[in-house]
Amino acid sequence: MSDFSEDLLRPTPEDDPAETSVRPRSGMCLPWLQKQVESVATRGKKEKDFAQTTSACLSFIQEALLKHQWQRAAEFMHSCLQILEDSDSHKRQAAPEIIWKLGSEILYYHPKSSVETFNTFADRMKNIGVMNYLTISLQHALYLLHHGMFDDASRNLSQAETWRYGEKSSSQEALINLVQAYKGLLQYYTWSKKKKELSELDEDDYAYSTASQNMFKHSWKTSVSFSALVQTPGVWDPFVKSYVEMLEFYGDQDGAREVLTNYAYDEKFPSNPNAHVYLYNFLKREKAPREKLISVLKILYQIVPSHTLMLEFHRLLRKSDKEEHHKLGLEVLFGVLDFAGCTKNLTAWQYLAKYLRQILMGSHLAWVQDEWNSRKNWWPGFHFSSFWAKSDWKEDKALAYEKAFVAGILLGKARCDYQQTRTQPSDKHLRQEGASQNQHNQVTATTARGQPCVKCAH
Amino acid sequence: MDREEAKEFRERCAQCDAVSWGLTDEGKYYCTSCHNVTERSKDVLNSEAIPNTKIQAINRGLKKRNKLEKGWDWYVCEGFQHVLCQQAEALKALGVGPELKNQVLHNFWKRYLQKSKQAYCENPVHARKRKASVLGSPSHADWESEPALLSDASGPFVESDGPRKPSPPSRASHSEMASICSGSLDGVEYSLRKEKGLVKMAMPTTLALCGLSLLWQREALALSDLLRFVEEGHIPYVNAFERFPEEMKLYGRDKGIFAIESWPSYEDVYRQMIDVATFLDLPRFPAITEDCYLHPNILCRKYLMEVNLPDEMYDFTCQVVKMAGIGEVDFLTFDPIARKGRTVKYDVQAVAVIVTVLKLLFLLDDNVEWSLSAIAETYNEENKEDKPCFDFRKWYQVMKKSFDEKKQKWEEARAKFVWKSKKPLYHSPIDRSVVYKRREMVVNLQKQFSTLVDSIPTAPKNSPSSFQFNWTEEVTGGTCFHGHSLQGILYKKGQSVTTMNSLYWLSTQKFCKSYCKHVTTYEESNFSLTYQFIINLFSFLLRIKTYSLHEEVSLIEKRLFKKKYSTAKTKSSRSRKVRK
Repeated sequence: MSDFSEDLLRPTPEDDPAETSVRPRSGMCLPWLQKQVESVATRGKKEKDFAQTTSACLSFIQEALLKHQWQRAAEFMHSCLQILEDSDSHKRQAAPEIIWKLGSEILYYHPKSSVETFNTFADRMKNIGVMNYLTISLQHALYLLHHGMFDDASRNLSQAETWRYGEKSSSQEALINLVQAYKGLLQYYTWSKKKKELSELDEDDYAYSTASQNMFKHSWKTSVSFSALVQTPGVWDPFVKSYVEMLEFYGDQDGAREVLTNYAYDEKFPSNPNAHVYLYNFLKREKAPREKLISVLKILYQIVPSHTLMLEFHRLLRKSDKEEHHKLGLEVLFGVLDFAGCTKNLTAWQYLAKYLRQILMGSHLAWVQDEWNSRKNWWPGFHFSSFWAKSDWKEDKALAYEKAFVAGILLGKARCDYQQTRTQPSDKHLRQEGASQNQHNQVTATTARGQPCVKCAH
Repeated sequence: MDREEAKEFRERCAQCDAVSWGLTDEGKYYCTSCHNVTERSKDVLNSEAIPNTKIQAINRGLKKRNKLEKGWDWYVCEGFQHVLCQQAEALKALGVGPELKNQVLHNFWKRYLQKSKQAYCENPVHARKRKASVLGSPSHADWESEPALLSDASGPFVESDGPRKPSPPSRASHSEMASICSGSLDGVEYSLRKEKGLVKMAMPTTLALCGLSLLWQREALALSDLLRFVEEGHIPYVNAFERFPEEMKLYGRDKGIFAIESWPSYEDVYRQMIDVATFLDLPRFPAITEDCYLHPNILCRKYLMEVNLPDEMYDFTCQVVKMAGIGEVDFLTFDPIARKGRTVKYDVQAVAVIVTVLKLLFLLDDNVEWSLSAIAETYNEENKEDKPCFDFRKWYQVMKKSFDEKKQKWEEARAKFVWKSKKPLYHSPIDRSVVYKRREMVVNLQKQFSTLVDSIPTAPKNSPSSFQFNWTEEVTGGTCFHGHSLQGILYKKGQSVTTMNSLYWLSTQKFCKSYCKHVTTYEESNFSLTYQFIINLFSFLLRIKTYSLHEEVSLIEKRLFKKKYSTAKTKSSRSRKVRK
């Protein structure tokens, strides 16, 4: 990487001062927006036709790409390359990125393109303006991976990893970390392949020890690649996951716990539900105390109340000794069922039916009322309409039973469309179904007989 | 370490391009950012420190060679002379008479140099400046300092590729100073020069000079044609400096003067033509009579053919020209002194006449033209043997299609236009390597992408033509309207013929009288769709802005309906009957 450091050294436009215009570096190409931005930036000054040409050229390329006319896009690309020589140094600095993005897109799809063409292009682009070296290397590696060229990708990443450019490399530390982490991910891939081979080998086999030795060597290298990235704030799910798996495999539970705790709780990191999921799963594997598990899931509940783990959370809460946990358990169930994606979740309805009964038996009517008050306006239409009754009855009878029970409790029999719709065809049906449904029948019967209905309790 | 001492070494590092040098113990430069050690060692400037004078001699020798690499000493006006020379040659190749180059343009140019006090006068600017700069060393004669070509006044125009003597060494001191920021001798001063009343040469001015010469010669080339040929690359303009002799080095300020990144605009060059003519104090131009190409009648005929309108409309355009009084010799002939700052935009005016005639015949209010088309259509169906009657709708459909295609092609060509020269210009010698490297990079990338393009579309350049559309029967397959008659939309009334359409509307009701330069504005959405189409079509043909055509139409109407404007300003203007 030798050239164009002037891109870095001289932020001032080299053209005559009359043309000085501060323009935001825009990577994305929205022609209408661009035009507006430009007219603001040039303060009404006449724009050169060169700029007109390039922006027209860019929109032609954009159009061609949208229509998958790779040939045509390449044609325009040919003249678009002159933006690399723009005399406005702001624009010129933004140019390599634009060229790279468009060019790589064209070369990815163009029928005449090949891996070699792409490689040449990437290598050329890497050396235009040092600032893009790492990003392009990374994307190049991803392209190679896409074409199954694992070794080439790995080599590419190693090259990028060792890249240094004076002071500039420090400003791109995050990128270097990312490159390293991708390298680590590739190593993890080899590792887990080896692990699989190992599991197929006999422990007494001679090959076993060499193989396991190999694995050790790998894991050490990989953990180095990952650790830097995992410290930087960001969302690094796949990396964290692989890192933890390797740490755990080699018995470094403390290390794994530290990584996960940091990932989930460090405030500098963006809020990320997966971080808590990973931590929870890890703690579960570790057989951590229930209290601890609950505290992890509590945070997840606040971020994603509809997460699949919420039912598990409910179970934990139910088993807990604390009364507040019991109350939270009800909240969680209601919370899950607030979401359209969960309306047909049989387990959730089963839990709710069972739990409602349990709570009412424990005479915590107020809890149910608390939850119901905010939902009474919309749950009947959302869950208990006669439409749902019919379709649920057709598709999943077990679900229909649970829902009918819940509806009965929450709405009272008289006002419950769901139950009525259901019971009419079901009476006959039920008798035929016989013993298996008996239990439910009884439940309905008890409700009907006059267990305290939430509605009636007012 | 020795950063202070290494300060004068300003080249970029070959490894990392930084300009941050230190000195090693051996006196070699090394890059402080990448630790690359160069082969170059610090010149020992202090002669006392080193007794070995041989080293000094070597150093001096190297420096001298560098100077020679710089190329000739040249002045900015010489650069423009090269450009003008190329343009004149190109015009000659397009079929313009040879007198244009050798007499007219050459004379204009000489006059310009004289008026701007660059040559052909006592005490030209270069000499004045020279005297000031080399005060105290009166060894060189004055004439030597004049741009070399000007002392050679014998030939009509100095051939640009003729042999040139290398600059006399006596200029060295000056060239060294001047070339700090430009390749030419006076690039910096030139760009700083500001005098009242001076018209400074710039690239668009070269076209203005060409335009004036064409006008003087009454050549069959309107300004819009000239600019279109420039755009199509038949006349050197963008990157004209590429064809300068190898030894004329351009960089720094020269870049701002000769490298342009915009197409010439009609309005701009038109303004410049007037400015230059006034500045040169030119006498009245040869008269534009009825047999001249630039006379509205002939231009109208040309543009009627171009846009596929019936020949019979020619009578109407002649009528309008006559009634508006725009066919008079006095009106048409350019006289920079007598008519201050006014000349006729011949081509725009002719087109405006056609638009006016179309309005007279078809009203163009999105209504009348279509009902007249219906009449023509039925007439054509009933009388298949006769000469077909002009059907506006059919014409619109044909034109719309061709126009859209043409415009699309034009837009694509514009988007594909390559502005950057093969010979990149840099701002200072420090940038040189970077700029060249970047150029190389772009060329490589271009090569790569051109292999992806199917059959490389190096379609042979369109040979220059004053027509942009071709309506001959065999090409368009019977969509030529030239022979169609206007019978269906006229009727006899006694001796004269009157149009079926008796209404008219004015493009501008009230003219702008404030001090802003425009007389009217064109807000597209206020006008009928047909009118918009017509205006778009014609302004595309001339490559001018829609509003300037609209303005010209309004001006013709102003002359045509003088009474309407002067008497009843408030009255509706739609009531005027067209007398024939």
